[in-house]
Amino acid sequence: MSDTPDPVVPRSGETVASFEHSGRSPLQKLQHFLHQFPTMVPVIVLILSVIAFGLISPNFFSAFNLSLILQQVAVVGTLAAAQSLVILTAGIDLSVGAVMVLISVVMGNLAVNYGVPVPIAIFIGLGCGAATGALNGLLVTRLKLPPFITTLGTWNIFLALNYYLSARETIRSQTLDAEAPLLKFFGTRFEIGGAVLTYGVVLMLVVFAVLYYALYKTAWGRRVYAVGDDPEAAALAGIQTKRVLMSVYVVAGIICGLAAWSSIGRVGSVSPTSFFESNLESITAVVIGGISLFGGRGSILGPLIGALIVGVFNSGLRLAGVDVLWQLFATGWLIILAVAIDQWIRKVSS
Amino acid sequence: MNQPLLTARGLVKRYGRVTAMDGADFELYPGEILAVIGDNGAGKSTLIKALSGAVRPDEGEILLDGKPVSFGSPLEARQAGIETVYQTLALSPALSIADNMFMGRELRRPGIMGKWFGMLDTAAMHDFSRQKLSELGLMTIQNINQPVETLSGGQRQGVAVARAAAFGSRVIILDEPTAALGVKESRRVLDLIQDVRSRGIPIVLISHNMPHVFEIADRIHIHRLGRRLCVINPREHSMSDAVAYMTGASLPAGVAA
Ligand SMILES: Nc1ncnc2c1ncn2[C@@H]1O[C@H](COP(=O)(O)OP(=O)(O)OP(=O)(O)O)[C@@H](O)[C@H]1O
Ligand SMILES: [Mg+2]
Repeated sequence: MSDTPDPVVPRSGETVASFEHSGRSPLQKLQHFLHQFPTMVPVIVLILSVIAFGLISPNFFSAFNLSLILQQVAVVGTLAAAQSLVILTAGIDLSVGAVMVLISVVMGNLAVNYGVPVPIAIFIGLGCGAATGALNGLLVTRLKLPPFITTLGTWNIFLALNYYLSARETIRSQTLDAEAPLLKFFGTRFEIGGAVLTYGVVLMLVVFAVLYYALYKTAWGRRVYAVGDDPEAAALAGIQTKRVLMSVYVVAGIICGLAAWSSIGRVGSVSPTSFFESNLESITAVVIGGISLFGGRGSILGPLIGALIVGVFNSGLRLAGVDVLWQLFATGWLIILAVAIDQWIRKVSS
Repeated sequence: MNQPLLTARGLVKRYGRVTAMDGADFELYPGEILAVIGDNGAGKSTLIKALSGAVRPDEGEILLDGKPVSFGSPLEARQAGIETVYQTLALSPALSIADNMFMGRELRRPGIMGKWFGMLDTAAMHDFSRQKLSELGLMTIQNINQPVETLSGGQRQGVAVARAAAFGSRVIILDEPTAALGVKESRRVLDLIQDVRSRGIPIVLISHNMPHVFEIADRIHIHRLGRRLCVINPREHSMSDAVAYMTGASLPAGVAA
């Protein structure tokens, strides 16, 4: 790419602007730097917390423990990818966790109780994920309901469907092993140099890689950012904003379907009551990852780092023998810190 | 003159109890620069938004080349070759200059990557944007990748004007394109407008700057209270005449009160 800056021609009538540039305090420089690279905040927090916990408990630094953290965040990380898309459009999706559990029940039930060939059950499950996204998208774009309320509603609806379809019964691990081992695929472990990973971790990384490509290297991605940034400006600039929003919700639904498949591998069974807090955990990862709740700002890689930060805190505090309640306490402050920093960074533009 | 390129008849637009347009007429002829002037709130922006698909009029009709058109969105007007610089500029602040220039008409790479994987041709879009901004004398901008929100108000306006001028093929509409610009930059935009006209593309220019209007307009459409009051020839009327008509202090000959 030809990114060499053009020579700066001094320009008359621009003294105000140039004055601004020369008279910046270190704090303002930091603000501008973070404005340009918002993902640096979570990156720094992640590095510092890894070092700190490594110093506190020597076990923390083992390849095994670090890879365990990856395993633990794989499902919520994948959900966070779906959540990021919606939040980039200045929306929020409270239904992602319910969708995930519902889809895992759909896949498990079709494969085990209805004798549908497993690949087809998975395919139908992903289709149902797309359908749940389409429902959210239609309510948001056609009825113009706020995403928060829409997905609060569909969250309850999907949970109810989930209890109905599963009759509140868990499909046990042995049953899956016997009849639908493919559903547990993403729980499969493999080892590289002392680190034990699962295919679920690989799935999470692939989902983020694909989204990175889609958001930065395709027209669709640029439009998603534009719609999240200023929907009226985007519409005047010729973007079909409703179509873009619809596509975002549908893609998010499909990713929830993938997370569902991954969650079966993680838990080892299909449980209609699992992952109850994954909605809020996914939002936590996105916010800590530096994506603005006001839309249009932040890197898609941020939520991956955000999910890792939460995983590192949980693992580090546990190894240090600290009560679980302090994990919640720390996560709470991280969220507040992340949003405060986002607000501060956004002041640059005004 | 021959047949108008763009015509509007009896446009009405109401916002609740406010009538922004009250039977507005409009004609734009091929190859001309038409200035639209009027008081604040006279309904100029609403009129051009109706012409560019951003507002759907409640009544009235719009004709392009004598054929009725009904634009459901700005995209449809754009596809018909009508390009607009809105008063609000319609730029995405967090996106780069190049992203904004090509918003909604991004270039893809040639070959498999572009066709199957939708990969953007970033280099080509950068070069094009850089070139268009240079033509406007806006190359104090250091980096075509910098977010639009980091530009000065005048630079932003320059980006919006460059975008319209680069892509407009039938009509270019400019709603106060020089309002935030310095003397030198305004001059560039006026030059650009005349350039565009010499390519045969007619221009609608909304402006409160009377010297600019009288310098470059072929005809002046005076808007008052939501409709066209009259069209004057700048060579037959003075600026103070125009201001008097605009504000209602006097009426042009042949127009009934
Ligand atoms: N979206 C809207 N909702 C409600 N009222 C509106 C809307 N858009 C315009 N109006 C009203 O319509 C009238 C005409 O507005 P318009 O923006 O067309 O004026 P204008 O001639 O462009 O003024 P200016 O010179 O200040 O730009 C105003 O009274 C304005 O308040
Ligand atoms: Mg206006």
